Amino acid sequence: MVLLAVSFICFLIFRFTGDPVLMLAGKYATQQEREQVRIAYGLDRPFYVQYANFLGNALKGNFGKSYISQVDALDTILERFPATFELALTAICISLLAGVLLGVVVSIKPKSLVSRLIMAGSLGGISIPTFLMGILWVMLFAVFLEWLPPFGRGETVQIGPWRTGFLTLDGLKHIIMPALTLSGYQLAVILRLTRAGMREVLSEEYIKTAWSKGLSPFTVIVKHALRNVLIPVVTIAGLSFGELIAFSIVTESIFQWPGMGNLLLVSIFETDHPVIVTYIMMAACIILAINILVDLLYAWLNPKIQYN
Amino acid sequence: MGTAVDKNSSEPVLSIDNLKTHFFSRKGVARAVDGVSFDLTPGEVTGIVGESGCGKSVTALSVMGLVPNPPGRVVDGRILFHGKNLLDLDITALRKIRGAGIAMIFQEPMSSLNPVYTIGNQISEMFRLHKGYDKKQALAAAVDMLERVQIPSPHKRVNEYPHQLSGGMRQRAMIAMAMSCDPEILIADEPTTALDVTVQAQILDLMHRLKDDFSTAIQLITHDLGVIAEMADQVVVMYAGQVVEQARTRELFQHTLHPYTRGLLASIPVLGHRTRGMDEDLVEIKGMIPSLHDLPAGCRFSNRCPEVMDTCKTRLPDLTDMGSGHQVRCWLHTKGGSA
Repeated sequence: MVLLAVSFICFLIFRFTGDPVLMLAGKYATQQEREQVRIAYGLDRPFYVQYANFLGNALKGNFGKSYISQVDALDTILERFPATFELALTAICISLLAGVLLGVVVSIKPKSLVSRLIMAGSLGGISIPTFLMGILWVMLFAVFLEWLPPFGRGETVQIGPWRTGFLTLDGLKHIIMPALTLSGYQLAVILRLTRAGMREVLSEEYIKTAWSKGLSPFTVIVKHALRNVLIPVVTIAGLSFGELIAFSIVTESIFQWPGMGNLLLVSIFETDHPVIVTYIMMAACIILAINILVDLLYAWLNPKIQYN
Repeated sequence: MGTAVDKNSSEPVLSIDNLKTHFFSRKGVARAVDGVSFDLTPGEVTGIVGESGCGKSVTALSVMGLVPNPPGRVVDGRILFHGKNLLDLDITALRKIRGAGIAMIFQEPMSSLNPVYTIGNQISEMFRLHKGYDKKQALAAAVDMLERVQIPSPHKRVNEYPHQLSGGMRQRAMIAMAMSCDPEILIADEPTTALDVTVQAQILDLMHRLKDDFSTAIQLITHDLGVIAEMADQVVVMYAGQVVEQARTRELFQHTLHPYTRGLLASIPVLGHRTRGMDEDLVEIKGMIPSLHDLPAGCRFSNRCPEVMDTCKTRLPDLTDMGSGHQVRCWLHTKGGSA
């Protein structure tokens, strides 16, 4: 249902924004040549016919061919998917691990200097826009320190249909900066969420009970408090993972990362409708799938919720 | 009670001596507990009575070393557990006593059990921590404990989460957890306040039985004098951070000395009085508990006391022994008052 709505809206938008015929036929085509192109691509038929065709084909996994490269739009995107997925995965792992860890530190010793510094930093993470943060990282690690490569994905290894950068040192070096850039905002959000949650949970009665049992501070904080805090944190992290996959456009363009975001940007410049529409449909699918996963995870974490 | 009486003569298992726990804030120092002393005897119930904010719970938390710091801190006094001052112990030593030697149960059984772990997990944690059991042994021991607190079908309950149990069941589970390592002292902070009256009676009965079985000393904190009359061997009445009267239960109810205790007793509604047209209004203690930041200069009860004298307003009376362990802090009974 959601997918149907998304498909309709994005189809509608692109029907009325820019005429692809101008791009396809070239600037100097005659009126007649343009008409030919229009008929060849089915762009002369009424809107609802076009939409019905699109839907029918989409269900068969056929999203049309890219106007520019004449390759299947879905294949074009899927080819780029591993790069984006690996980037988003690394970013979300960084955000989750660092965010939760720092959040716990801050909530245990809220008044220490370290905590104050972390909180100030998190404010930066929330307010510095991605493109600026990316450029700052490049300046620091690539220009001044010359530790990390400033752009690209580095060496990759092909495993079946999946092209991974995790298995080579070069690939790992290349992923650090983009992943840091992409994770910045999420990290700050997760940190603040963890801190708020810990503050609330640490004043709960069952934490008093846990202390009164004689448990070690580690057990009290990690087993009894953090587990309760993780319920909302995992929900947010899961949802934002979908967004990271679908909308890592800015980061990918800063670092020339060969992922889906970069592809989308190029396609928009070239009014490559099939690719854009396919991309949006894919994004919707990914976000939906992740929503379902998060719901399942939520039920697993929170014993009060059971799906039958 | 038979077994308990035999132990009356034995040494106190816990002595609180001149305990002072203060809270420091921008508004000033709140002396939540200000020079409290009493003993706990094995196999006996010591009732701590008083209105909200009189320092009952803070006294208990001080014993456990769980006073939230900051803002709170134990500033003076001793808490002797088997002759060892708990206030001198480092946190590792104190942790060995928490749960194993001194256990505590709280008022709200819903919020005092962790919602994301099973009852079994939370009880067996005690056995694993203090007795070094492995997971299997600990879970079996947890089932045993649930049986002892009379939870039906303990094998099934042990795998359930707190929200699947009723309030009374949860408090039973909580008691099972507290009693699991056979502690010498059980501190019960208003254990029945949040429960239905019928369930309340069952829980009190259970605690009474366990106390006799394990010969545990119970420190029962409550504002319900009915519960005290039912349960306690010894009563400590607290007001504004101080002990105002302390006696054996029978003695206290028969020869009430302090005007505050008398007020408390008089304010208990008597069943049937109203329908028979007697005593239309409930007796209340006039006025409000003084703020801990702004205590009266003399006796802390002086601004509400019906029998207040001039001395009361300027000088704080000492806790005075009236014979046979009945102590009271009041100028009416202490020499030096201008009565």
